[in-house]
Amino acid sequence: MVVGRVLVGALLRFLLLLGAVSFLVFFLVSVSPVDPVSANVGQAALAGMSDAKRAALDAHWGRDVPLIERYLAWAAALVQGDMGTSLRFNAPVSDVIASRAVNSLLLMAIAWVASGVLGFALGVLAGVRRGSLLDRAVKAYCFVLAASPTFWVALLALIVFGVQLGWFPIGFSQPIGKAASDVTIFEALHHLALPALVLSLVGVANVALHTREKAIDVMRSPYVRFARTRGLSEGQLVRRHGLRNLVLPAITIQFAQVAELFGGSVLVEQVFSYPGLGQAAVTAGIGGDAALLAGIALVSAAIVFGGNAVANILYGIVDPRMRREGAHA
Amino acid sequence: MPEAMAGILHLPVRRRLSNRRATLACVVLAAVVLVGIVACGMALQQQAMQTDLAQKNLPPSLAHPFGTDQMGRDMLVRTAAGLATSILVGLVAACASSLIALVLGAVAALGGRAADRAVTWLIDLVMGIPHIVLLILISFALGKGFWGVTIGVALTHWPSLARIMRAEILQCRQSGFVAAARRLGVSRARIAVRHMLPYVLPQLIVGLILMFPHAILHEAAITFLGFGLTPEQPAIGIILSEAMAHLSVGMWWLAVFPGLALIAVVLLFDAVGSGARRMVDPASSQE
Repeated sequence: MVVGRVLVGALLRFLLLLGAVSFLVFFLVSVSPVDPVSANVGQAALAGMSDAKRAALDAHWGRDVPLIERYLAWAAALVQGDMGTSLRFNAPVSDVIASRAVNSLLLMAIAWVASGVLGFALGVLAGVRRGSLLDRAVKAYCFVLAASPTFWVALLALIVFGVQLGWFPIGFSQPIGKAASDVTIFEALHHLALPALVLSLVGVANVALHTREKAIDVMRSPYVRFARTRGLSEGQLVRRHGLRNLVLPAITIQFAQVAELFGGSVLVEQVFSYPGLGQAAVTAGIGGDAALLAGIALVSAAIVFGGNAVANILYGIVDPRMRREGAHA
Repeated sequence: MPEAMAGILHLPVRRRLSNRRATLACVVLAAVVLVGIVACGMALQQQAMQTDLAQKNLPPSLAHPFGTDQMGRDMLVRTAAGLATSILVGLVAACASSLIALVLGAVAALGGRAADRAVTWLIDLVMGIPHIVLLILISFALGKGFWGVTIGVALTHWPSLARIMRAEILQCRQSGFVAAARRLGVSRARIAVRHMLPYVLPQLIVGLILMFPHAILHEAAITFLGFGLTPEQPAIGIILSEAMAHLSVGMWWLAVFPGLALIAVVLLFDAVGSGARRMVDPASSQE
């Protein structure tokens, strides 16, 4: 019953938030100085047009319709699954997003799992061997990584592995000049490897530091002290008492970090010319493609909300106190 | 094993020199270096634009420690000028952002239940869209350029500090000295200025300094993507996005050194911020 109520509550909050996000996104895209008529028709074509035709175009793009009415029309179409037409890709926005989302989600899923596993392992090792050389190395790595711009790490990886060593291709999701149907899985993975590697390495810092703190707490706890007096080895201690207390918080952190992951994927995709959602958002923003930009912003908000919702539910499972507080708020 | 036993008998001793004076010295030193970078960068703005086609595409050497680019500009000078621009954008944006955080935190803590809910919801809304995407949207709405990126960073970085401010003000409101002042008939405005502002100011300043690294990194990222500063302005994001076009011919120095310099600046700000926090809030320094 409780789970059902939580789910309904989460769904309602999601719809409310998505409504607000959609208005915010529409508002931001609409106040832009990019003129929808000249952006869509082209300035040269517009200059050679008769006044009547220009007025007809103005009416078509709803230039004198108030913002609220335009928003309602857009939202009504959105609810029916029509997100408009992308100017840059000359296709329905939903088609562009669908084809790009596959690439992006694959990239993010790999990075999510890899950074989670690596960060967790480093965090546990550092926390258990607190003060050792390894601990200091992990801390320094996380500290420097948190200060490095993601796109610069991507550039560095491109220089070292793409250009100097030549191990990986320097961009795109498949070999240039090859039909999409002919691309083998190996080729696709080969193109995916470097962006995924960069995104994973950058995502390690947060989960590693949190796990390290938790591991230190656990190793200081009375039950670990008791287990130690019973003569358990360090390895047994970590395996039997440490891991089960550390895994769930780490997974929770990973889910709460989805917004950062998406932001990182925008930068990494741009550096590697990887055809995902992030790269499409940049193309849309620079090319004045308002419909596509709004669509991708909405999708990103939905992804982030999903991650946060899972994190909240996990918090409740990890710590019953949070559940009660959540019920009060 | 003996090390573990020692941990049971007495808590580990921190061997690092961590008294207030050492921290203060670090904070001041880091701050002086940062001011020095800004001063140098501002002085070099003109020189950063100077092209010398006889000196183009040179790898790092004694005359040009960071090398030169395709237009023969010295990369060290360009990097310094770019860092100064980034720090100034970060300064304006972070100050505006922490003001927003203070105002909204105060509204949430003092304005009653409805206001609290509204602010919390606003925080959820802003945090619900990935930073970079929101920055792209705001920059798009404002027509890119300096103001696009500055306002964008200012409007996206306040939520976490606003939460801290709200908690601090709530704590202050429940304290004995505020209750006493209220009973003595001190006006609400006077309580806010005389008692609450000094109480939250240290946290606000620390939060402001710690916001810098994020602001600078996001400014660089959004400029790199083409939504921020324009190519005529020296900025790290511009330098790195230009460098991307020359990577495949092996000009690694165009990307490596400016990036390292940016990381150094971010780490310096972090040193100032966490040092200041340790001095303001000694209880948290042992964590």
